[in-house]
Amino acid sequence: MSAIKLSKQEIKKRRIKDPTEDKILYAVVGTILTLFTIVVLYPLIYVVSSSFSSGTAVSTGRVLLWPVEPTLEGYRTVFAHKHIISAYSNTIFYTVVGTIINLAITLTCAYPLARRDFPMRRFFSLLFLFTMYFGGGLIPTYILMSKIGFVNSRWVMLIPGALSVYNMILVRTYMSSSIPGELLEASQIDGCSDAGFFFKILLPLSKPIIAVITLYYAVGHWNAYFNAMIYLNDVDKYPLQLILREILLASQISLDDMVDVEAMVAKQGLADILKYALIVVATAPILCVYPFIQRYFIKGVMIGSVKG
Amino acid sequence: MTNTVSPTKKFLRNCAKRWQLFLFLVPAVVYILIFAYYPMFGVQIAFRNYQPRAGIWNSPWVGLKHFTKFFNSYQFGRVLSNTLIISFYSLFMNFPLSIIMALCINTVRNAKFKKMVQTITYMPHFISVVVLVGMITQMFNPVMGMYGTVYRLFGGEGYPQDILTNAGAFRHMYVWSGIWQNLGWNTIIYISALSSVDPELHEAAEIDGASRLKRIIYIDFPVLIPTAAIMLIMNAGSIMNVGFEKTYLMQNSTNLIASEVISTYVYKTGMSRGTTQFSYASAIGLFNSAVNCCMLVIFNTLSNKLSRGSMGLF
Repeated sequence: MSAIKLSKQEIKKRRIKDPTEDKILYAVVGTILTLFTIVVLYPLIYVVSSSFSSGTAVSTGRVLLWPVEPTLEGYRTVFAHKHIISAYSNTIFYTVVGTIINLAITLTCAYPLARRDFPMRRFFSLLFLFTMYFGGGLIPTYILMSKIGFVNSRWVMLIPGALSVYNMILVRTYMSSSIPGELLEASQIDGCSDAGFFFKILLPLSKPIIAVITLYYAVGHWNAYFNAMIYLNDVDKYPLQLILREILLASQISLDDMVDVEAMVAKQGLADILKYALIVVATAPILCVYPFIQRYFIKGVMIGSVKG
Repeated sequence: MTNTVSPTKKFLRNCAKRWQLFLFLVPAVVYILIFAYYPMFGVQIAFRNYQPRAGIWNSPWVGLKHFTKFFNSYQFGRVLSNTLIISFYSLFMNFPLSIIMALCINTVRNAKFKKMVQTITYMPHFISVVVLVGMITQMFNPVMGMYGTVYRLFGGEGYPQDILTNAGAFRHMYVWSGIWQNLGWNTIIYISALSSVDPELHEAAEIDGASRLKRIIYIDFPVLIPTAAIMLIMNAGSIMNVGFEKTYLMQNSTNLIASEVISTYVYKTGMSRGTTQFSYASAIGLFNSAVNCCMLVIFNTLSNKLSRGSMGLF
């Protein structure tokens, strides 16, 4: 017969219809997820819209979904603040250098532990694993930091936390499970050293997992404020998050910090849009690249789940 | 050389052969010894009266003095119960909700809709704590924030009650803002577990006339139980770790009665008055880690018992 190819409509017509029970279920599930998505999305949109609105519109509560009386005033105020630029560049520095250190230590550590023929594999694995469940706590760590001169030093943003055992285990699991052992044997027969195998064969093959942990580490550095709050005293070493904390959570903004004369006469409304603009400025770099790298993050969670 | 090689010799020879691998481990081992193991030895100041001059090893030994002082202080009951309430509240809300959400997302047939829901709901996970708390304080401002606007939109008169300074509302704010931020992200692990379900099972059940709901209950849900058990154990090991970062930022003088938890209390006692309280604060911190370890072991044994050895972390 000629009717081998069916049109889309015909396929739809011929498909067995869902029973009513299922239809209800799909409708309920769809509604739940739509509501959940709106609840998650609305505050984000609200923040962005407020940051582009005029101060009076925000403080009188006229912003609902879209910007009211659109203006870039908020952003101008953000960049007029004398600490924002230095904090921003500090954060970029801590994130880039910190992540490089993280990667160097994590990858070199994961490699021997992924090798089945490494004689002291179990001992070293336990040495690292134990620190996941037990630690010295805040005060002994503080004593250590002051002893080695890390207090009020940029090093404190780079070195403590240089190795996340969890990330190291992700890499180790990936290296030992997704890369065939025959590769190692073949390279050894060809006279490749252990170091050579790592640099020439293993690293290029581990690109996906390296992407995952790079992102984990970079987001961690970008969002970190705890160490900065405890150990740093000089404002010129502060990362962005600490400045954010001072502006967002302090009840009043000190007007002395405003370099711009016009900003001196700023009212409450300006303070409000400044805060919203700051939130956008501090979060945008992550949220903008996130949709493109989402699959790497998800992959990381999945590799983590098989380690159990 | 003789033919019989002793095990030690063999081991040493193996080590020598793999010397490069040891070299690879050097940076990480040095790091972990200094930044993880050295502070662990420092924990002993919880049993001493720490004096900066004398150092960790030479400060006078006082035994359990700081622990008894903490247990007898009026703060103890409040701080401990705040910690446990917030922690369990958070666990028992997040846990079932993320399973339900994962099942919902898994049920959706429209691939585009599914992808959109996932992309959007994973997003808040990457927002920093500072920004999150900043958003909360801005938006829940009863006069200027979104909270007031929405309140009036639904017919409220004037301004709503200020929930940021309301101590009773603290734990709800803490837990539900956490759910807003992480519920989507927490579903990933369950969704990946669900992807291992054999589609033939579904087809067979469908032919037998099982509705989609029945298939969710009898096919999808059982698959999640092992993953859920592991997650529960891992969470139990940090039951006392109510996130310092978020709690500390959300605290204000009016909600302190409900928001002071162990970690913030350690920070305040330890860091506010020079070195005089170092030992006392470490004792509280040590008590905290000890409870965590116990919880981990208890939940692990329980899970092992209930599943007859098939679901445990170790």
